[in-house]
Amino acid sequence: MSKVLMKGNEAIAEAAIQAGCRYFFGYPITPQNEIPAYMAKRLPEVGGCFIQAESEVSAINMVYGAAGAGARVMTSSSSPGISLKQEGLSYIAGAELPCVVVNMVRGGPGLGGIQPAQSDYFQATKGGGHGDYHLVVLAPSTIQEAVDLVMEGFDIADQYRNPVMILGDGMLGQMMEPVEFRPLSSKRELPLKTWATTGYTGDRPRNIINSLFIDPQALEEHVKRIYQKYEEIKKNEVKVECYNCEDAEIIVAAYGTTARIVKSVIQKAKREGINVGLIRPITLWPFPTSTFEEWAQREHVKAFMSVEMSMGQMVEDVRLSVNGRKPVYFYGRTGGMVPEPNAILSEIKKVIGGVSR
Amino acid sequence: MTHQIIIAGFGGQGIMLMGQLLAYAGMLEGKNVSWLPSYGPEMRGGTANCNVIISDEPVASPIVTEATAVMVMNRPSLDRFEGAVMRGGLLLVNSSLIDKKASRDDIEVCYIPANEIADQLGNSRVANMVMLGSYIAKTGAVSPAFVIESLRKALGPSKEHFITLNEEALKRGAECVKECVRR
Repeated sequence: MSKVLMKGNEAIAEAAIQAGCRYFFGYPITPQNEIPAYMAKRLPEVGGCFIQAESEVSAINMVYGAAGAGARVMTSSSSPGISLKQEGLSYIAGAELPCVVVNMVRGGPGLGGIQPAQSDYFQATKGGGHGDYHLVVLAPSTIQEAVDLVMEGFDIADQYRNPVMILGDGMLGQMMEPVEFRPLSSKRELPLKTWATTGYTGDRPRNIINSLFIDPQALEEHVKRIYQKYEEIKKNEVKVECYNCEDAEIIVAAYGTTARIVKSVIQKAKREGINVGLIRPITLWPFPTSTFEEWAQREHVKAFMSVEMSMGQMVEDVRLSVNGRKPVYFYGRTGGMVPEPNAILSEIKKVIGGVSR
Repeated sequence: MTHQIIIAGFGGQGIMLMGQLLAYAGMLEGKNVSWLPSYGPEMRGGTANCNVIISDEPVASPIVTEATAVMVMNRPSLDRFEGAVMRGGLLLVNSSLIDKKASRDDIEVCYIPANEIADQLGNSRVANMVMLGSYIAKTGAVSPAFVIESLRKALGPSKEHFITLNEEALKRGAECVKECVRR
């Protein structure tokens, strides 16, 4: 199939439709409005249903309902709206339902701003709502990768009966790149949705979608079973890109659009004779811990530096993974400010000057 | 070769479309491309700009900080983006709306009376296409035929009758840069 030039938001919406998503419930917020707009136009054409809910809270609960009925369903929002969805996400994770949620992150806290940010990392990767749970968090760096990850995201959600979050930012949503909608390279054996509440006709046991367990022992068992599932996810689903890490003096950790800026920095540094590597987590949860462990043991790697559009969130997972083997530094801009290549490079030089002394 | 382009002007001047046509044409030529708009609380009459990259290599950062070329369609854009042109790079100035000269002497500057030419063609709205024609002629970043093909897709069949006008605008823009002198 030939390539088309598309905005990130629109490409994500089309990818969802091609992945079989037929239900979308959302509420407008910049910088992700092209997703619901595209869904509103496209879903009726493919026999699906789009509803602009009266709030983010009702949108996520509509997702809860559709997911419970076994449908492929998606919602999208940006930071403040995603905060409003957290209660529903916790319920969906508790009830073990598959769905895809897109967060095109903007600067925070509060209403914040509308420019790109990565300051929802904690919220996305550490649960976000109440209780013991995780979302699978996928962080695309290009629009093509966003398309591929949305498609695979629906499969991951169905395979593990767990909500999947696509964590982008305003830049990825607003920019345009050529994309190709192609079938997934890996075919998964997806379990039948025998648990779905599709209407009781007597030919199977009654299905109940529930996240309430009054008996603490039952709840502990339920959560422990979910955590066994998480171990499977950690084993099977980690995705990471290592770029220019061989012979690198310093390895930068960056994800999403920031990783693209870092790639530009790496090329620039190369011309100045400085060898910089990049570890780009594609799954933020599960985090590619072992990749960091491996590179931290290499002699030539003197230090790590996490570069983020936040005040320092992923850096905590980098530190946990590097586990004291090498120093871990941080550079970030926040509030919608995007780190500039020259500023990143001068931070890198500072670190190299410090550790080689 | 990597073309790193900034296009800036008033909202409503067709700044975003210029960038999209460049990116689309680049894609049709088999290049790697990206288009990144400014997306603040923009509105007609406010400022608008976009970054376009056309490259043989995969596009790393979509943000243009050192531009091989900058097109400015209004005065505030000249003030803001003149400094973003890399040394030896190209600055295209819409002299119909910008009475100021560029201040740098380490770059190439062309003054294009885009609005005047557009008016001569009978439609002031094709000023952006005049400017685009100048840029393409000067740099050869993409072929004019692919820009027209992209425009055809952008306008759709109902606006097919505008194609000739836009082709003419590209051509007139291209003629302008023949007189452009290195400063």
